[in-house]
Amino acid sequence: MLMTEDQQKVKPPALKVLPKPAVPQAKTPPEACASTPAISVRDLSVYFGTNQVLKRVNLDVPARAVTAIIGPSGCGKSTFLRAINRMHDLVPTARIEGRIQLFGQDIHGSHLEPVQVRRRVGMVFQKSNPFPTMSIADNVTVGLRLNGMRKNSVLAERMEQALGMAALWDEVKDRLGAPAVSLSGGQQQRLCIARALAVQPEVLLMDEPASALDPLATARIEDLILELKRDYTIIIVTHNMQQAARISDDTAFFYLGELIEFGSTSKLFTSPSKKQTEDYVTGRFG
Amino acid sequence: MHTNRHLRRKFINGFMQAITCFCALLVVVPLCLVFYHVLKSGIGSINWAFFTQLPKPVGESGGGMANAIVGTFELLGLAALLGVPVGVLGGIFLSEYGSIRLNWAIRFGADVLNGVPSIIWGMVVYALVVIRQGRFSALAGGIVLGMIMIPLIMRTTEEVLRLVPTNYREAALALGIAQWRMILQIVVRTALKGIVTGVLLAMARVSGETAPLLFTALGNRYWNHHLSDPIAALPLQIFNYAISPYEDWHRQAWAGALVLLFFVAAVNVSVRALTRDKFGQRS
Repeated sequence: MLMTEDQQKVKPPALKVLPKPAVPQAKTPPEACASTPAISVRDLSVYFGTNQVLKRVNLDVPARAVTAIIGPSGCGKSTFLRAINRMHDLVPTARIEGRIQLFGQDIHGSHLEPVQVRRRVGMVFQKSNPFPTMSIADNVTVGLRLNGMRKNSVLAERMEQALGMAALWDEVKDRLGAPAVSLSGGQQQRLCIARALAVQPEVLLMDEPASALDPLATARIEDLILELKRDYTIIIVTHNMQQAARISDDTAFFYLGELIEFGSTSKLFTSPSKKQTEDYVTGRFG
Repeated sequence: MHTNRHLRRKFINGFMQAITCFCALLVVVPLCLVFYHVLKSGIGSINWAFFTQLPKPVGESGGGMANAIVGTFELLGLAALLGVPVGVLGGIFLSEYGSIRLNWAIRFGADVLNGVPSIIWGMVVYALVVIRQGRFSALAGGIVLGMIMIPLIMRTTEEVLRLVPTNYREAALALGIAQWRMILQIVVRTALKGIVTGVLLAMARVSGETAPLLFTALGNRYWNHHLSDPIAALPLQIFNYAISPYEDWHRQAWAGALVLLFFVAAVNVSVRALTRDKFGQRS
């Protein structure tokens, strides 16, 4: 089931257009990224009102790897993911304790705006959500345009890169002006991935990106994730344990708001150290 | 016994259905009657002169309502200048910002204002603008219509913005787009048709207001040359002509009513066409 090594060797043609990956800010040189964690979470607790959804989570997410987050519904997977790009700032009742560092920088630091964090940490949602008023091309470039990029040559270049990385370029290059909602469900989700990639984030959060797709479209998204991890740090929430086993290098198992176990995917699925993990991955509950 | 009850039930069912059907028709009948009567009474006086000429003095036949037609559009333009930005921005605040309690209070206030009789708006603007300026004016007329529009537009804008799914907002924010840009370029753009619909309906609604204009725009038998002068408007002209003792003026009042009715109907029909468009519209 673990085909990550094989997949890495395959060099698909679409990757010719891979841009220079967005480099983390100063301090940590790109080479060091493989060893220093991309995201370091310490004692993270998230409350909605008086309801504590995440309980003192500690986790180091390695750079340029796929980290899967699994667990039964309501265990705080999505809450954890959304804490990383500060999406909880939008919820008035949400309260966050603990520290999250992005390549060594505290994302709640006073010098960082949520907007800056989100530019470095992209997100793909469960339900594909291309903007209905925009064309395919406009959907991809919207993040750049609304952040002040005016140069058409840059926009066109980034659009082609992003669509290429999302393995969508060949399918849409002849109808870039068509409304984004005219694409199929799987294409829309890849468009959303392209949209997130176009702003060149360092980390990509994916919240069950394939749960609404058929097996073929799911396979394409999974292939894509394996290609993207050469340049990006990817954290993916999934309900599908086979999917986690197929694409991730490390897996974190959440249960009732707590991080039960975190380790390499092969170990977690074959010889988990905690009873709860074993019960869950063998399908005894959840 | 058994079939008897069955028949009874069928009879009651049919009877109640007939009553509801009758009541539903009752709603439509006045509309048709109004259209029919206004059309019948007004169509005879509709001619080129009606749209191009000023009113003639008493006793002279002919003339038209050109100044009132233009005046109505001028007043609507002034009203839109005040009502659209305030209403739309207020609606954006209600939908996107603020706290639950504050927004509840604003919403409640807007709903109360929507129920305030228009003559009271007229008195307020009369006291605030007309008395201070010392004269009736087109400006005062525009202000009063604009003020009536504000709560209407604010509530419809809020409603259509809330129909935009949250996941578009999240998708935009996750791209590192600032909130105000997200609201303007994603949320408002997605809901633009609904907002335009609300604005058009509000304009159609105030285009027929007469009472507040009696205190403010006053009416004018000639062209209005300055915003601080009184201005003619269709509903005012209809009112003045309808209560006059002259046959000729009565006919012109019917013609004016027909034009006004036609304008309101045209706005409603175009709004329908606008909202029927599938692309980008989700209900």
